[in-house]
Amino acid sequence: MSSAEKSPWILHYNASSCNGCDIEILAALTPLYDVERFGIINTGNPAHADIFVVTGSVNEQNKEVLKNLYDQIPEPKVVVAVGICAASGGVFRDCYNVSGGIATIIPVDAYVPGCSVRPEALIEGVVKAIGVLEKKRALFDNGGAK
Amino acid sequence: MTGRRTVIPFGPQHPVLPEPIHLDLVVEDEFVVEAIPSIGYVHRGLESLVDRREYADFVYLAERICGICSFTHSSTFCQGVEGLMDIEIPARANYLRTMWGEYSRLHSHLLWLGLFADSLGFESLFYNAWKIRESILNEFEATTGGRVIQGACKVGGVCRDVSNEFLSGMDKRLDDIETEMQEMTKVFLSDYTLKKRLVGKGILKPDDAYNLGAVGPVARGSGLAMDVRTSGYLAYGDIGVKPVTTSGCDGYARCEVRCKELFQSADLIHKIIVAMPDGDIATTVKGNPDGEYFSRSEQPRGEVVHYLRGNGTKYLAQLRVRTPTLTNLPSLVVMLAGAELADVPQLVLTIDPCIGCMER
Repeated sequence: MSSAEKSPWILHYNASSCNGCDIEILAALTPLYDVERFGIINTGNPAHADIFVVTGSVNEQNKEVLKNLYDQIPEPKVVVAVGICAASGGVFRDCYNVSGGIATIIPVDAYVPGCSVRPEALIEGVVKAIGVLEKKRALFDNGGAK
Repeated sequence: MTGRRTVIPFGPQHPVLPEPIHLDLVVEDEFVVEAIPSIGYVHRGLESLVDRREYADFVYLAERICGICSFTHSSTFCQGVEGLMDIEIPARANYLRTMWGEYSRLHSHLLWLGLFADSLGFESLFYNAWKIRESILNEFEATTGGRVIQGACKVGGVCRDVSNEFLSGMDKRLDDIETEMQEMTKVFLSDYTLKKRLVGKGILKPDDAYNLGAVGPVARGSGLAMDVRTSGYLAYGDIGVKPVTTSGCDGYARCEVRCKELFQSADLIHKIIVAMPDGDIATTVKGNPDGEYFSRSEQPRGEVVHYLRGNGTKYLAQLRVRTPTLTNLPSLVVMLAGAELADVPQLVLTIDPCIGCMER
């Protein structure tokens, strides 16, 4: 297990979410749920991040921002799509300015369902993502060979 | 002089911002000369769905305009549809809506105080505020089933009743929450570092606040007694509300207003629980909305207006929402002009920006 898996840092971005999932992500960081006990820290700098936590359904204006942030996170990295909007567009699916989910822009490794998500579900999603990160790390250290 | 000017981009992704907004800061040395906001990172086009979702279902979409002011949006929308259809909702439903509305103000202000402390680098205070906020969310979860999106409002009343025994329990638990809040706000209002970074920063003069259309704690922090609750909608007419105002006009004043409003809300909840009438929680709704209606209410961030136009079918012809953050944005531009670059993050937060609401 490498340091990144013992203490993965997350980068949070709101790609046109209603806020509901975003405040639950922050709630997961604060004393009641306290993900910091797993070494998970919220960072504001993409270059420091291992896990990209994205909420919202993605619109025309922020898809470039989302792509930019994803590109700035060093390899290996995983993406967690939080909330039903991030999975499929959710209730906003039929709106004119919604592209319908994070996966339309960047590859997603774990989905956390809910509207809004519960902090417990979010923690489970991030823990699953750590598993994926470990596999990616092994692959990365092997120079891409299985 | 212009040669010494630099443009520094702020956002859309920034450590102090839970939500994306972009500001171009034109700076000269360390001072901001001009701040140019650009928005649209959270725009979904939610209002356009109104002609494809039935008005009774749209309540749940209206709730998802914003995850922080969710309850206020759904109750304002319901109030609008009820106004169009001349529905009088039962007194108990009215009081329950008022109670949940005040609980959501508590949760929103605590959330803001936490984020504000975080923007100043005061992490333990951030954790403290959010710890207290969890007790408010527990009450929401126990009474409605949801933490941040409650789904408790419907056209004609509310979906869930709260038993009188549980209400008196809530009343007692609120006393403990108040004691905790008392300790926390003491830090916000008397800490040396916090004062040093807030007093005299981000001045918004009363005239500017009035002319630029500031609402909510931003206006009240500049001494304007503007509060839609004084118009007596829901049960506020029976309970009575006196707006909290301070005259500091700076970042500290806006923080002080929100701290004091915590106790005002707690006080209102106590009064509501004591005066809670018995009876039904919803009336039957027949027919379809027709005509125009302006529905106003006081969100944690200020006045929100829902404009509804019906055409006699089960789909509304138009919905237009005006949210407090959008009207507070011109005030923010005034506050930022002349500010030090290092003060920009917390000054942006003093208007309590809620971009989800603003752009929908």
